[in-house]
Amino acid sequence: MNKQIIFTIDQKECTSEAGKYIVDAARENGIYIPTLCNYKGVKPAGSCRVCTVKVNKRHLTACTTPVAEGMEIELNTTELNDLRKAVVEILFTEGNHFCPACEKSGNCELQALAYRFQIMAPRFPYQFNKRDVDASHPKILHDHNRCILCKRCIRAVKNEEGKSVFTFENRAKKVHIKLDEKLGDSLTDELAEKAMEVCPVGSILVKEKGFEIPIGERTYDKVPIGEMLITDK
Amino acid sequence: MIENKIQKILDKFNRDKTRLMDILLHIQSEIGYIPQTLIQPIADGIDLSAADVLQTISFYHFFTLKPRGKYTIYLNNSIVAYMMGREKVAKVFEEECGCKFGEVTEDGLIGLFDTACIGMSDQEPAALINGKVFTNITTFRAREIIRDMKQGRKVEEMFATTFGDGKNASPLIRTIVRNRMKRTGPVLNMSYKAGNTLLKQVAQMTPKEVINEVKLSHLRGRGGAGFPTGLKWEFCRRASGEKKFVFCNADEGEPGTFKDRVILTEKPEMLFEGMTIAGYAIGAKEGILYLRYEYMYLKKYLEDVLDRLRKNNQLGPNTANIKGFDFDIRIQFGAGAYVCGEESALIESSEGKRGEPRNRPPFPVEKGYLDYPTVVNNVETLCSVVRIIQNGGDWYRSLGTEESTGTKVLSVSGDCRYAGIYELEWGFTVSDILEMAGAENTLAVQVGGPSGALIGPDDFNRTLCYSDLATGGSFIIFNESRDILRDVVMNFTEFFIDESCGSCVPCRNIPTLLKHKLEKILQGHGTEKDITDIKEWGNMMQINRCGLGHTAANPVLTSLKNFRHLYEDKIQKTVEFDSGIDLAEAVAESCEFVDRIPKF
Ligand SMILES: Cc1cc2nc3c(=O)[nH]c(=O)nc-3n(C[C@H](O)[C@H](O)[C@H](O)COP(=O)(O)O)c2cc1C
Ligand code: SF4
Ligand code: SF4
Ligand code: FES
Repeated sequence: MNKQIIFTIDQKECTSEAGKYIVDAARENGIYIPTLCNYKGVKPAGSCRVCTVKVNKRHLTACTTPVAEGMEIELNTTELNDLRKAVVEILFTEGNHFCPACEKSGNCELQALAYRFQIMAPRFPYQFNKRDVDASHPKILHDHNRCILCKRCIRAVKNEEGKSVFTFENRAKKVHIKLDEKLGDSLTDELAEKAMEVCPVGSILVKEKGFEIPIGERTYDKVPIGEMLITDK
Repeated sequence: MIENKIQKILDKFNRDKTRLMDILLHIQSEIGYIPQTLIQPIADGIDLSAADVLQTISFYHFFTLKPRGKYTIYLNNSIVAYMMGREKVAKVFEEECGCKFGEVTEDGLIGLFDTACIGMSDQEPAALINGKVFTNITTFRAREIIRDMKQGRKVEEMFATTFGDGKNASPLIRTIVRNRMKRTGPVLNMSYKAGNTLLKQVAQMTPKEVINEVKLSHLRGRGGAGFPTGLKWEFCRRASGEKKFVFCNADEGEPGTFKDRVILTEKPEMLFEGMTIAGYAIGAKEGILYLRYEYMYLKKYLEDVLDRLRKNNQLGPNTANIKGFDFDIRIQFGAGAYVCGEESALIESSEGKRGEPRNRPPFPVEKGYLDYPTVVNNVETLCSVVRIIQNGGDWYRSLGTEESTGTKVLSVSGDCRYAGIYELEWGFTVSDILEMAGAENTLAVQVGGPSGALIGPDDFNRTLCYSDLATGGSFIIFNESRDILRDVVMNFTEFFIDESCGSCVPCRNIPTLLKHKLEKILQGHGTEKDITDIKEWGNMMQINRCGLGHTAANPVLTSLKNFRHLYEDKIQKTVEFDSGIDLAEAVAESCEFVDRIPKF
């Protein structure tokens, strides 16, 4: 076991093993830090920036930065909460999200964060980006309108040789997720299920499987995101 | 046939997936593009998936899956190119070719494409044509160039002028590019004797002594971030790793910067000597020069220099007769991505991947290239090191100011009589430089390129140094005839929109939102709210991962700070809200169709 260290989050004293990422160390101490692109068990991407905290006047992502002895972490300040909210707002205006018609509604982390941050209407203008719905794959439906480009599918869905089934294509505003043709053809049911599970939104869905659990009884319908932590314990 | 070629290229790089950049560059230079049909064979050859290969290809500006013409013209679209008449030149190209930028002529002969700053801001408008640089293009020249292409002439035969100054005329370069070294100082002056420092001095020193001398000099990185060089080397030396690497960052993508290009042309021995000294200091055996694609015309020349150094024991087994110090250098080319100048993106790119910056920690000095401890330094930093070892850290520290020691090489361009590079001791003011460069009626200066600051006359008495106006060297001058918002700020903002790697949510989105705000204001639809939005949204960029995202709003934010009146003048004072939509205009077409005149 690594050395135990002491650090603070909003002045509350916490202890954890040295070297753990701030999000994980915080959770151990009963403190929730909102995340979106982070996914248990896979290398953090640090791309959504929702988990931004401040240490020593500098912004850091809590999902990629390890805790260190004596670290003084600012989490719930007005500034930081507004920045997190802004990120989620941007995502709602970048993609095209019609929650009531989405299979993921109630299980969607983006939607859940929007409720948590009490977003009524985004401060940013809608971009109306034209995105495709790709239904060509026999097992999965890929709706790019809902993709938040978090790369969770890229990092988590790998074949037995460790190759990513999904990849990023292009750069800047043109980035989008691409499914490798060959690996896609041999996608197992198991991996298809996994892809749907890791996708925080309703971008990757398994075909012929919908609304098994009715809206109203889904994960975040029952317990808002971030509140689970306490029940988890 | 082609299949054979591919297999040969794959073998040349040992079917090593981390060499994907080189593999793709080779294929593209053989065929002119990367045919879709080859993606799967390439992927199979290096044990990647086709999508993996595609994700690298699609990241870089110069890689293409479609033919871009027998002759491909990449015309620079940086701000200085526009100031020097790019628009007219572009129009002639389009007229003569009968196609638009972004397209290829129907017969596949000529392709016209835009490209970001190619490091020729002192000789714009400039273009890369099949890898060769054409500078100072006039409408007359543009017509000639297309005529020559239609006659099927070789690109090398199309130079109308004699070759450029200095080494640009040497047999292995033969380019019309000019160096314009307006002023050299203690680092770049003529007194340099290649190899002396390494062979006579470094060979007598321990790595620790080398690092101490660099620390004593207080040298800070010249690539922009200004990290103390000696300290970086010490961290890397101390980091544990079976191997270590030295990178020279010659990506030089900041618009308006071209000093590294000049150093690479005139003093490559000095740069390689600096890399070797760094290698000795940190305990590395391999150095990699990451060179931007735009400088491909220097490839043969630089490889020849490396060969010569190997023959002179300045590289290779027991370098400088230091037992066991087997240092060598290879060149890694990029393929067109500004963000690859960011050190961790540069490393990713060198590993054959998309140039996406990494999360830090870990820093490259702990975990860099192939996860080994790595030092990344700018071209100018490494050259300065040679002089520091030669003359001592104390000597170097006596130059410049107390906290910004030594010299800085500036790339001066824009509205002035004497564009070119200037090596000056730190501590000079903006006015000094304007005077030196023969600039008159100056309205604004962009210090440090688009990622730096746009300043006006009130700030011209400020000094260039790390504690006041820090700079990586780009210095672009705008006179009173220029439209700051419409031309300058817009151009820079578009640059950042295109160059974001696309990972971080704010970096991928906010610059575009700022551009739309700016357009709204320029169209007369702006209100006070738009100005406060710009400020608030621009400040959100600080939560991005890398320096590109941190600075991408700077053109808007610094112009708003230093030229606020330009914004104020254009907004509506009595209107609180304006949707930005001209309703009459938006519905004009449909109104005409139904023959109705709208009542507003
Ligand atoms: C978007 C971006 C582009 C950069 N481009 C360059 C470049 O072209 N050349 C360079 O030396 N440093 C560049 N840098 C800075 C490097 O990340 C790094 O700090 C530098 O190479 C370190 O060398 P130095 O300490 O010698 O300056 C860039 C940084 C960012 C964020
Ligand atoms: S498809 Fe889903 S998991 Fe993949 S990047 Fe998009 S939102 Fe993230
Ligand atoms: S700040 Fe921009 S360029 Fe840098 S990592 Fe994030 S998205 Fe990429
Ligand atoms: S959760 Fe940390 S950046 Fe996305």
